[in-house]
Amino acid sequence: MALAAEAGSEVRHPLTPLRYRVVGKRRETEDTVTLSLLPVDRPIALTRPGQFNMLTGFGVGEIAISISNDPAAEEPLEHTIRAVGAVSSALCQTPPEGVIGVRGPFGTDWGVAELSQTDTIVVAGGIGLAPLRGAIRALLERRRPSGKGHLLSVVVGARNPSQLLFEEEMLAWQRAGAHLQVTVDTARPGWSGPVGVVTDQLARVPADFSNAVALVCGPEVMIRYTARALVDLGMPRDHIRISLERNMQCGVGLCGHCQLGPWLTCRDGPVFTYDLRAEGILASPHR
Amino acid sequence: MADQFPQPGDDRGAAAGAARIVDGAGLDAVIRGLRGRGYRTVGPAVRDRAISLAEISGVADLPRGWHDSQSPGSYRLTRGTDREIFGWAVGADSVKRQLLPPREVVWRAGASDRLPREEGPAESVPLALVGVRPCEVAALRILDRVLGGGQVADPRYAARRQDLFVCTVECGSPASTCFCTSMGTGPGAESGFDLAITEILEDEEPRYLVRVGSDRGAMVLNEVESRPATPQDEAARQEVLDRAESQMGLRLVTDGLPELLERNLEHPRWDQVASRCLSCGNCTQVCPTCFCVSVEDTTDLGGTVERRRRWASCFEVGHSYIHGGPVRPTTRSRYRQWATHKLGTWHAQFGTSGCVGCGRCIAWCPVGIDLREEVSAIRAGDGLRAAGPRSGGG
Amino acid sequence: MAESIAELIGRHPVLEGLSPEDVEQVAGCSHNIVAEMGEILFREGDPATTLYLIRRGQVSLEIHAPGREPLVIETVGDGSVVGWSWLFPPYRWTLTGRVTATLGAVAIDGSCLRGKADADRALGYVLMRRFAAIMLQRLLATRLRLLDLYGDGAGS
Repeated sequence: MALAAEAGSEVRHPLTPLRYRVVGKRRETEDTVTLSLLPVDRPIALTRPGQFNMLTGFGVGEIAISISNDPAAEEPLEHTIRAVGAVSSALCQTPPEGVIGVRGPFGTDWGVAELSQTDTIVVAGGIGLAPLRGAIRALLERRRPSGKGHLLSVVVGARNPSQLLFEEEMLAWQRAGAHLQVTVDTARPGWSGPVGVVTDQLARVPADFSNAVALVCGPEVMIRYTARALVDLGMPRDHIRISLERNMQCGVGLCGHCQLGPWLTCRDGPVFTYDLRAEGILASPHR
Repeated sequence: MADQFPQPGDDRGAAAGAARIVDGAGLDAVIRGLRGRGYRTVGPAVRDRAISLAEISGVADLPRGWHDSQSPGSYRLTRGTDREIFGWAVGADSVKRQLLPPREVVWRAGASDRLPREEGPAESVPLALVGVRPCEVAALRILDRVLGGGQVADPRYAARRQDLFVCTVECGSPASTCFCTSMGTGPGAESGFDLAITEILEDEEPRYLVRVGSDRGAMVLNEVESRPATPQDEAARQEVLDRAESQMGLRLVTDGLPELLERNLEHPRWDQVASRCLSCGNCTQVCPTCFCVSVEDTTDLGGTVERRRRWASCFEVGHSYIHGGPVRPTTRSRYRQWATHKLGTWHAQFGTSGCVGCGRCIAWCPVGIDLREEVSAIRAGDGLRAAGPRSGGG
Repeated sequence: MAESIAELIGRHPVLEGLSPEDVEQVAGCSHNIVAEMGEILFREGDPATTLYLIRRGQVSLEIHAPGREPLVIETVGDGSVVGWSWLFPPYRWTLTGRVTATLGAVAIDGSCLRGKADADRALGYVLMRRFAAIMLQRLLATRLRLLDLYGDGAGS
C-alpha cells in the first residue's frame, strides 16, 4: 500500500521539498543570479545567515545553496546562485513565476546575534560573498541603534571587476558605515582599486585583531590562507569562523556525502570555528 | 546519544525467565507463530550460491546442511548431509537491505503542479528477522544511531525498525574472515534481541537453547512446546561459544584505533593498499553499517518528476564531488576515507565504531584486501610517512 | 617640511626598526617625491634606477601585449615598496608602473644604495632580509592567483 502524503500534511520525508515561487530575479554577473522566493504552500522555518537550503530544480536535481539575505529582517527568501553545473544552471534559468523546491534550513550559522558589540571583519572571495551578505546586512542593522563604535570591515576578493557581486549594495554598506576593501586578481586600466589577493588587504583593516571576530567564506584555499594571515595579524584562532563546502545530498546527516574527518559538514557546519583541529583537517589533502 | 529504538535486551529483567530448549519442530513453530502474529518472516536461505536473507515460512526454508568457507576474496558454499541449520557465517546480504532498501522512490511530482507526493514504504507489514547473527544485531544498533539517533531521523528506517522482531542465532561457525570478538559484537548475543537461539549439535538431531529478550519474545516462545534448559544445556551453549571464539580469524586490535588512524593519514600503507584496491565499492555494499545514499531526480517522458534514494559508496569518484572536482580523486584517498571513517571518525560522529567485525568486506573484496591486515600494518609502522611523489633530483 | 627624509624612512613599515646609522645611510641615497594619478612612474624596458617606498597612494603594475588591452597584474599601496629591477643586472624595468592614487613616496637611488650595501655588508644583509620578506609575500600572493580560485573550476 503506497501512502500518499501531500505537501502540507503532517509527516514529511526529510527529502521532500516545499514549493517556492520565483517572485524576483536579478542578474548579478554573467553567470550569477539572485532569486527571490516566496512559498506556494507553506514556508520553511526561519533561515539564519550562514545556513543553507537544498534547492530543487524539478526533474534536474537538488543542490545546497546558502541563504544570501537575512530572512529574519526581510520577507522573500534570497538565494544567489552561480551557474556552474546542471542543477545550478537550471535554477538560474528558472523564469519569474517559475516554481522550484526548497528544503531547509540546515547547518550552523554565522552567529551574528552575538557580534553586535564586537569588531567584525568579513572576508569574502568570489561567490563566497553571497553567504555573507545576510550577515553583513544583519550586522549593519543591529549596529544602528547603538550607533557607531564597533567596526564592520568587509574585505572582498574577485577574479576581475566584472565578477564582483552586489556592487551597488557594497557602496550602500560603505555609506552605512562599513569599512570596505575590494581587490581583484586582474584588471584593465581604469580599475582604481587594488589588484592582488585578499590576504594582502587584511593588514590595512583598521581593527584590533586580538579582539575582533572574522567571518570568512570563499574557495577553501582562500579560506586557509586568509585564516593563517589573520592569525599572523594577532587574531585568536577561535575568533575566526569559516564556511566550508562539501557534497551534500540530504542536509540532515543521513546521506554521508559531506564527510570531512570527524565532521558531517551539513550537521556540524557549514560554519566552523578555525581552531587547531580545523586547521589540521584543512591542511590535510583529500579529506 | 540516546537510542531511540526499543532495545529489547535492555528489559530482560521483566521478560526473561530461564532459558528453554526446543527441537527443530519447536523452531518451526516459532517461525509459524510469528507469521500468525502478522509478521513477515525473513531469514537465511540459499540464494545465488550464497546465504542471503529471504522470506521464509518455516524451518524447511532454512539452509540445513549448508556450510561456507570464506577467506580474503573468496566465499564458497557446500552442502553436507548433516542436520545443522546454522552451520555458516554471514553471507554478502545483511540486515541493512531489509531496513534501508538499495533503491527507494521518495516522491513523485506532476508535470504541471510540481507538487511532491510522497511514495510511502510499500510494506506496512511488520518484519521479523529470524536467524540473524549477533554481529547483525550490533549493526542494527549502529544504524539506529546513524539513521535514528540524530536531530532528523530517516522516517522509513524508523518505521521499519519500530516494529522489528529480532530472533538472533548465536554463532557456532565463524569464518576465517570473522573478527566479531575484536569488535565486541559476538559470537554470543547479549542484548538487542527478542529471542536468542543457540544451536547445539551434540546429538544427531540438533536442539535449540532459546533465551528471551523481551515480553513479545516471551509470548511467542510460550506458545511453543519446550522444556527448561538444564545446566548441561547451558554448558553445551557455552561450549558452542568457546569453540567459536577459538575458531575466530585474525584479530583487529582496537586499542586507541581512532587516534592511531588520525595520526597516520600519510602512512605509506595507504599507497600500498591503493595499488591493489579497485575502488569497486563491494566492501561498502556488503557492509551492514555503510549507510551512504545518493539522491537522484529524474523526469519521465510525460514530465512526471521522481526523486529516488539509492545506496551510494564513498568509493565512487563522484561521491565527494564539489564544484571544481571530487575532494577525494584518488583510490588512496577513498580507501583511506572508508577505513578511517569506519574505524575512527565514526566514533566522533556517532559515538561508536562503524565496524561490527562481520568480515564481509574481506571475503567480498575481489582482490582480497583484509582490513585487519591493513590496520595492523599501520599499527606496526605507526608514524611512518610516505615519501611522497618522486622528486626529479635535487 | 616637518619631517626629514631620515624620519620618513625610519617610520616606513618596510624599514622600520633599522638602526639610526643604517637609516642615515639609506637617507643619503633618497629624496621625497609626489606623483599625480595617471602619471607613469616607470616604463617596461627603461633603465631601472629607483626603489620606491610608498608612504601613501597606489601604483599599478601593468603588462602590455600587442593587440590586447594592458593588464593590471598587481597594485602596490601604502606602506609597501615597488621596484626590484635596480637590484640586479641588466637594471631595466620589467613592468610599467602607473600611479592610480596620488602618490607620496621616498625614492631611493638604486646604484647609490647598491654601492653602500657593497661597501657595508652588514647594511646590505639587513636590507636584503627586509626586501626578501616582501618578495616572498608577493611570490605567495602570485601563486595563489595562479590557482584562479574564483574561476570556473579549480585550475581547469
